[in-house]
Amino acid sequence: MIERSPHSYWVIPICFAVAFVLATVPLPKWLLWGRPEWVALVFIYWAIALPHRVGIISAVLIGVLLDVLEGAVLGQNAFALVVVALLALTLYQRLRVFSLWQQSAVVFVLIGINQLLCQWVQNLEGAGADTLFFLLPAVSSALLWPVILHSLRGLRRYYQVT
Amino acid sequence: MLLATLVVVSLIAADLRFNSMQSTRSVLEVVVAPVYWLADLPSRIGQWNQAHIKSRGQLLEENERLGRENLVLQGRSQQMASLQAENVRLRALLNSAALVRDDVLVAELIGVSPDPVRHQLVLNKGESEGVFVGQPLIDAQGLLGQIVEVSPMNSRALLITDATHSIPVQVNRNGVRAIAEGIGVLGFLEIHHVSATTDIEEGDLLVTSGLGGRFPVGYPVAVVSEVERDPGQAFARVLARPSAALDRTRHLLLVFTAQPAEGE
Repeated sequence: MIERSPHSYWVIPICFAVAFVLATVPLPKWLLWGRPEWVALVFIYWAIALPHRVGIISAVLIGVLLDVLEGAVLGQNAFALVVVALLALTLYQRLRVFSLWQQSAVVFVLIGINQLLCQWVQNLEGAGADTLFFLLPAVSSALLWPVILHSLRGLRRYYQVT
Repeated sequence: MLLATLVVVSLIAADLRFNSMQSTRSVLEVVVAPVYWLADLPSRIGQWNQAHIKSRGQLLEENERLGRENLVLQGRSQQMASLQAENVRLRALLNSAALVRDDVLVAELIGVSPDPVRHQLVLNKGESEGVFVGQPLIDAQGLLGQIVEVSPMNSRALLITDATHSIPVQVNRNGVRAIAEGIGVLGFLEIHHVSATTDIEEGDLLVTSGLGGRFPVGYPVAVVSEVERDPGQAFARVLARPSAALDRTRHLLLVFTAQPAEGE
């Protein structure tokens, strides 16, 4: 196991806390459907960068917290994040050498899967969306990926999180 | 991996089918409460600005307007006393139970569900103030929804427009009973199973009927906005617009009825 720097204990949780806040900030109506999946984005970044720190277990914990935050069925986001985590953890070596737009494309697919799974569980509950707008976050998240990647990478290098 | 999937799937099952995660949820709700507080901060600051940074002219104008409004309301409330007395007399004649005035608790909105399909609000009053699951929530114009989750300091309310919410109503004009269901679109309710010959028209006010024991009688719920009678269909298609400002209010009222409805 790699020696853990003191910063790594708080940088990752802080990132997720910020993502949680961004995920709940009230948005104007026309933006509501396109809200990027901040938590999933941050999760994908850390899963690719530090797969030994952020993995399946964190996916479950973060997902359950997100469920409580959204008032969703307990386990809905956890389920989706576990699948995303699994995919990210199997792909991370390839993802790291991809160019930026290729990564964005993969993020688009990952968030899309995340949204589909969430929608599926919501339909079990009887509260599914009746339009395909629920896939919009995949687009906005993919567009945001370069920003997320550069800012979080900068953060990781600055604090030498390992 | 397999373990995690198992855990998650059993969580979903437990929550969806057996409703057994209520206590876990309220504990976790305490953990995430600061997130709502933080997310709400910008609008709170905006409000503070609005309240504290105002010109003298604006204040004077507002004061004058409020004074006029107060006068009008006072004039109206003069009649209220006699009307109320009359109402009580008539009720006594009809041998029905006395109308108990409901107590209310003012709560402030601190968050809305980020998911556009899920119509939920987070309020800043919780178990410590006596909020209970199933408690009706109103604003100045009408019924908003009910409390579905209570944690010590916060609570979560389900709006009447949520796709999983239904409410027993009656037409104020003639007392026709119906069930108004949310369809997951803010600003619309659908009235189900209204036979094609039922006397229901555009513009009818729907109020809570009190059947089902969850909501008190007589709060306005919605105004019928569209009635479509298709001879080929067994039922008329009736849409209604909620009376309450579902997406605009910040201060809400939690209603304490005479006997709190038993939570499920």
